[in-house]
Amino acid sequence: MNIIVCIKQVPDAKDVRLDPKTNTMAREGVESIMNPFDRHAVEEAVRLKERHGGTVTVLSMGPPQAEAILREAVSCGADEAVLVSDRAFAGADTWATTYTLGKAIEKTGPFDLILCGKQAIDGDTAQVGPGLAKRLNIPYVSCVRKITGFENGAILLHRLMDDGYDEVEIPLPGLLTVVKEINEPRVPSLKGKMKAKSLSIRILNAEAIEADPDSLGLPGSTTQVVKVFAPEFKGERAMLEGTVDEQVEQLVNKLEPYL
Amino acid sequence: MDYFLTEEQQMIVDIARQIADEKIIPQRAELDEKEEFATEILNEIAQADLYGLYIPEEYGGFGGGCFEVVLALEQFGRGCVAVATSFAASALGAYPILLSGSEEMKQQYMPDVATGKRRAAFALTEANAGSDASGIQTTAVLDGDEWVLNGTKQWITNAGEAQIYSVVAMTDKSKGARGASMFVVEDTDPGFSCGPKEKKMGIRASATCELIFKDCRIPKDRLVGRQGSGFITVMKTLDLSRPGIAILGVGLGQAALDESVTYAKQRVQFGKPIISFQAIQHMLADMAIQVEAGRSLVYAAAKHIAVHPKDMTKASSMCKVFATDMAMKVTVDAVQVLAGYGYMREYPVEKMMRDAKILQIYEGTNQIQRNVIGQELNKEYT
Amino acid sequence: MLKIDIETCIGCGVCEEECTFGAIEVIDGVAVVNEKCTLCGSCVDSCEVGALSIESKEKAVQVDLAEWSGIMIFAEYRHGKVVPVSFELLGIGRELADQQKVTLSAVLLGSGLGDAARDLVSYGADIVYQVDDPALEYFTDEIFGNILEDVVREQKPEVVLAGATAIGRSFIPLVATSLATGLTADCTQLAIRPDDGVLLQTRPAFGGNIMATIECPFTRPQMSTVRPRVMKAVQQDLNRKGEIINYQPQPERLQSKVKVLRSVLEEQDQVNITEGEIIVSGGRGLDNEKGFELIKQLADAVGGAVGASRAAVDSEWIAYPHQVGQTGKTVNPKLYIACGISGAIQHVVGMQSSETIVAINKDPHASIFDVATYGIVGDLFEVVPKLIEKIKERRG
Repeated sequence: MNIIVCIKQVPDAKDVRLDPKTNTMAREGVESIMNPFDRHAVEEAVRLKERHGGTVTVLSMGPPQAEAILREAVSCGADEAVLVSDRAFAGADTWATTYTLGKAIEKTGPFDLILCGKQAIDGDTAQVGPGLAKRLNIPYVSCVRKITGFENGAILLHRLMDDGYDEVEIPLPGLLTVVKEINEPRVPSLKGKMKAKSLSIRILNAEAIEADPDSLGLPGSTTQVVKVFAPEFKGERAMLEGTVDEQVEQLVNKLEPYL
Repeated sequence: MDYFLTEEQQMIVDIARQIADEKIIPQRAELDEKEEFATEILNEIAQADLYGLYIPEEYGGFGGGCFEVVLALEQFGRGCVAVATSFAASALGAYPILLSGSEEMKQQYMPDVATGKRRAAFALTEANAGSDASGIQTTAVLDGDEWVLNGTKQWITNAGEAQIYSVVAMTDKSKGARGASMFVVEDTDPGFSCGPKEKKMGIRASATCELIFKDCRIPKDRLVGRQGSGFITVMKTLDLSRPGIAILGVGLGQAALDESVTYAKQRVQFGKPIISFQAIQHMLADMAIQVEAGRSLVYAAAKHIAVHPKDMTKASSMCKVFATDMAMKVTVDAVQVLAGYGYMREYPVEKMMRDAKILQIYEGTNQIQRNVIGQELNKEYT
Repeated sequence: MLKIDIETCIGCGVCEEECTFGAIEVIDGVAVVNEKCTLCGSCVDSCEVGALSIESKEKAVQVDLAEWSGIMIFAEYRHGKVVPVSFELLGIGRELADQQKVTLSAVLLGSGLGDAARDLVSYGADIVYQVDDPALEYFTDEIFGNILEDVVREQKPEVVLAGATAIGRSFIPLVATSLATGLTADCTQLAIRPDDGVLLQTRPAFGGNIMATIECPFTRPQMSTVRPRVMKAVQQDLNRKGEIINYQPQPERLQSKVKVLRSVLEEQDQVNITEGEIIVSGGRGLDNEKGFELIKQLADAVGGAVGASRAAVDSEWIAYPHQVGQTGKTVNPKLYIACGISGAIQHVVGMQSSETIVAINKDPHASIFDVATYGIVGDLFEVVPKLIEKIKERRG
């Protein structure tokens, strides 16, 4: 099974804060990491390879520093790595991103399966997986929680729904987006790290993927950001004073209508 | 501080640290509470190619030396001493084979240990033979093509979880210290069984049991090295493994220090975080100094041992004494810094204090270590 | 690319202040941009001397915007019922439609739909396009996507909304890509910009730490998936009139390569705190599982459901279905009582639209008080037992 895993380098979202006074995103001390959902995608790809043979290629659209996560994926079992990078890609929304990834995958050779993490923790859109599948004209399933079988060129899986799960069959070639419950990602191995260190990463720029410049980056996007701001919450803040008994008395009075 | 690690050594540290952060720390409280052996974590360590760190490449290991093992164990120890001990004890059980075993024996056992497929354990201690190891009473008698072992070993780490046991037994009582030999016993050998798990103060997730040999029959070729060389193999084994125990003290001390500083910055009393009070600052400063001093000594000893295998003893004993006494003091201080919260099982430091004690006791008590150092000093000076 | 006209720039630093990414700074009296720039354009707008511009081709407007009119929502139907988010979509849809003075329509897909379309009308839909077909018994991205795409192409709505549910987030990106238009996911606010009628779509990013407002200026329809339980449905009006159209898809549009073999409801989700009118939630301040018992007792006393912050769930004092927040459930009960919860953004984002919020916390600076209607600074282990007692007294 030849598998491509699309991965993204993101800031560690839980540490990103917007200071409401200065309206600036505090980025000091915020690490760049592989999108956590993508780690699960890489792990699942490596497990499928271990079971069915084939190769795992990781691919990332990003700035030069995204090489770090490609090497990290190789240290955890991926075989090849491709970096799709060009200043022209900057400012891309998911529409321009899926266009770019689609063109890049046309250049990386035939595949049986594409795996993506469900969403990136910076954008949180969960749109790239389905959009990319459409660009490549292949079937897809989102939120895969478990792969239960592979037979006759189709994968059997459990798709997570809001109220339970569906048992689904998808013919290959196809694309899956995975949720965290699908597996526990392994840590890198020593041999893996050494392989990752010496691996040659293939770099594709806009020209190499024969992209139409009007379809790239911000100019190629269908949506754009109007503004970014810190979430603000306003409550009445009626603090109840007094002894504990007094506070409780006041509160219960206020909550009469609900009791 | 920068210890100028090579790229490969840094890789080992990074992987071990990731294992500690992602796999060990989230589970350590539960493993301790349930006294559960960390099989999954050891498998993860094997998958990461670290289980065979010290095993030569020709047997499928990484071919690392004492220092490489120390680097990995430091991170595991920072995670949980019980889990780290399970890993270290397997190395302890493998060393006799690597040091004194025949080529066939190494081929037979080392590849499986390198991949973590089989675990090892080391069996010396008995009810009446602790510090005085020469008092062991387990016997091995040659009967035709088989050795027959009889006796009981006590407090053996990894007992019941290991498949390969390096066992010391008397083959000739009349020769005293030269009458003991080392054998490999496998868990499937007839007449071999394990007692129930001991209930311990600390390192509760580590499996500690009796080994019972009742006419246990093993093939002749299970003798490790020459007959009568048992205690020599034991000495070399312990010299080699002691820095591993010492570094557990460093990892543990570091973990305790980390918890203490973090807490002291958050805990507000008298309107200020307690780290602003000198009493606390001085405690933390002393803890930090001791941890770093321990680290430096253990790193130096490990590097020395790696290239001076004939001159291991003093360095090995010194780093063990210092780092383990240090860990005991630092963890007690950590509980003190966290005060009431430190005493509660919900916070990790009381476990660290309970775990620290054994480091001063096993692999040669710190009292015995001091004897050894004293004797070495005596030999050194003319 | 961000272009800085060095001649015009006066080095005032307003752009540096405005930039949320720290991508532009004044160095030696002139603005300099670095690689953190995301081309959001906030600095361009803020520059008082017009020294900044984003270089991009004058975008040929790809569609005749005037052709696209109307608000369309995708109504989700599952296991024999209309999913509640559909009514919320009609609620916000109605607002937008009234503002733009256009029709509000709904697309309803399923098998055995019964009276569902009439329900949608009673909650505000002017027109319902329904397809009742066995091929729609289970959800498949391809078939649902095909039909919605076809209806949109025919009816040309300016806005299409769907719930940010597992289904919505799965197939709406497919529809948006097929229609070559923009999609914004998981919106918590939607508004029409008065001067040009463009939809302003506001949503959380970076795990909820940041809010972003997005627009889709050049293509149609403008598509959004909307976070459940944030928008409010209108009052149901059974007398409301609307048109129900049985839409006939082309047969090949009812084909899917992906097959659903079976749909399994899971036990866990029978804990559905989102339906409750009162929720009592506990967080880290409860200290341990035993402490969490207090929350259950208070919930019983008020007849409410038990909720939890992520800290409580991660500590395993209560199961995940009870988790409220960015990575848990969004709730909007009439009364939300938060005990021992600090009020981190990720939690607040999941409960802030509750009608009345009560916060009990021993830290007077806890951010939970910023969203509370009523707050008590105190030891919850003292306050909550007394509260339970008093409530039981009142209830008799």
